[in-house]
Amino acid sequence: MAGLAAAFGSGAMTNSIAEIENADTIFIIGSNTTTCHPLVAKRIFRAKKNGAKIIVADPRKIQMAQFADVHVQHAPGSDVALLNGIMNVILENKWHDKNFIDEKTEGFESFKKTVRDYTPEKAAEIADVSAEDIIKIADAYANCEKASIIYCMGITQHTTGVDNVKSLANLAMLTGNIGKESTGVNPLRGQNNVQGACDMGGLPNVITAYQPVISDATNEKFAKAWNTDILPQVNGRTIPDMLDGLDNGEVKALYVLGENPVLSDPDIKHVNKALEKAELLIVQDIFLTETAKLAHVVLPGVCFAEKDGTFSNTERRVTRVRKAVEPVGDAREDWKIIQDISNAFGYKMEYESPEEIMKEIAALSPSYGGITYERLEGDGLQWPCPTTDHPGTPYLHKDNIARGKGLFHAIEYRPPAEETDDEYPFCLTTGRVYAHYHTGTMTRNSISLDNEIPEGFLEINPEDAKRLDLLDRGRVNVASRRGEISTRVMITDRVPPGVVFMPFHFVENSANVLTNPACDPIAKIPEYKVCAVKIFL
Amino acid sequence: MDYKTVLTTCTYCGCGCNFFLEVLDGELVGTIPCKTSYVSQGGLCIKGWNVHEFVTSKKRLTSPMIRKNGELQEVSWEEAIDYTASNLKQIKDENGSDSIGFFASAKVTNEDNYILQKFARAGIGTNNVDHCARL
Repeated sequence: MAGLAAAFGSGAMTNSIAEIENADTIFIIGSNTTTCHPLVAKRIFRAKKNGAKIIVADPRKIQMAQFADVHVQHAPGSDVALLNGIMNVILENKWHDKNFIDEKTEGFESFKKTVRDYTPEKAAEIADVSAEDIIKIADAYANCEKASIIYCMGITQHTTGVDNVKSLANLAMLTGNIGKESTGVNPLRGQNNVQGACDMGGLPNVITAYQPVISDATNEKFAKAWNTDILPQVNGRTIPDMLDGLDNGEVKALYVLGENPVLSDPDIKHVNKALEKAELLIVQDIFLTETAKLAHVVLPGVCFAEKDGTFSNTERRVTRVRKAVEPVGDAREDWKIIQDISNAFGYKMEYESPEEIMKEIAALSPSYGGITYERLEGDGLQWPCPTTDHPGTPYLHKDNIARGKGLFHAIEYRPPAEETDDEYPFCLTTGRVYAHYHTGTMTRNSISLDNEIPEGFLEINPEDAKRLDLLDRGRVNVASRRGEISTRVMITDRVPPGVVFMPFHFVENSANVLTNPACDPIAKIPEYKVCAVKIFL
Repeated sequence: MDYKTVLTTCTYCGCGCNFFLEVLDGELVGTIPCKTSYVSQGGLCIKGWNVHEFVTSKKRLTSPMIRKNGELQEVSWEEAIDYTASNLKQIKDENGSDSIGFFASAKVTNEDNYILQKFARAGIGTNNVDHCARL
């Protein structure tokens, strides 16, 4: 999100899911849409039926590639080179939108200078694709009325994640595909309420609705509203920084609400070591997760079916969550648990219901200002929704880009943090399967879903499998510089030679034992999508 | 027999599909897609169709627990809350606000996240709040 915020001034999906149907070209990069966001994929299929061109850039032959007009299997981590190549073609052919660039953007000249070096031939060599395909993509994206970009973790989970996103923002601005219906740069959020967790200030540098913690005005406003004088005007620690802090003794206590860093964070050994050093580890969850097993205190929260509240989806749509059944056993609503702890700690909270909490959120958060439970009946509301008579906002940057002017960034290609070598000759990339979700806390406890895909696997190209003498469904060991696991082989041409893939849902053979914790310097996203491994029997 | 359906929002991915949870005599028994949902328009993926299953899993946590003699043991809510609050207080007093960190969650509601970060910022006095958006 840092990349989009830098370019446009707002880090969220610019357009709406429904608008995808009316796009003329859809460029899908680093999103395995049919697996991870099936109901968004449905809109893409409808767009195709309406005549849209589909472009897929993904190292794997994902299902969506079957429906693509152009599919390139670029080398993992080569996104910036590929995108600069595409933009080079657009500029050389004068397919760019000069009026839009002049009126609504800045930074174009230095961007142009950088992109000039990325001829399709040069980009093709870095990305291991054909120059013809780069030209085809540029043509399809630039020469249509409404082009929409869809991306996901395949773009962000790199040490160059922010660069990748800025490059996509460059591409959209270059062709004027922003601030109009059915265009834009659209990150599909992986978790149901990841947008909401960001919106609510679940970040070290902003309070609700992205109000920066380093600001006298924000500080004053919240100090008054929250009746406190201890609000710090300094950015807090990110998750990797908190784990490092535990490791070096600067952080002593950790309160983990509904997260499972032992499975979801890179380099599990390091995470375990850090968590074991905590003087106080509080875990509030619905299952005894791998993280909860390490805790000093385990607090049973409730799941979505047992509480009232709201989620904010990937298109900024706030919708209601409604309680259907009573909590199991002695489990309690999460906000109540935190409120009880806060009161016992000495900071007073007296909320009666989630609706009362939402009233406070709306009063303090400009983009949620017009959101009330009453108004959320029906379709919900898309933020920004500043007042109670505002209808919500299907797409952002309509008249002007939120930042004032859209900012072009001159981005050079940087290789991934870890490249293959003689000892670790395979490039491992990770992701999801259709029947499971994240660390599997929920899906692996669902009988139907766990029966569907009961265990992890390693996708490997037939050519590589033959060379290593591997049998389909046989067991194999995979090791990186950080750890080693054993898993089952799946021989498939979904991956090209030299690249292997593993899902990360399975605790028995967790892919994140292998992955590289090297992070993007700005967004601090670990490089899950590229690390070097060796494979042996 | 008491049967009802409750319209809600899915807890898996970020699409935000809506569906009805089927409740029979206080138990979750099924999931029905919602045709009027703006997002899902009557469709659901395999995870959505089966979303009620994990809720009734026998492995759900049902009681607070505190580690005693190396083992997690069930305790009352009162004991769990007191233990947590007093230990947080002691750590804050001895090591300062920034020695405490919070993982907010992409899985819980907006209201839950709001309360957690409010407690971190206004109660404890730290901006050490993050969640797994990156992961």
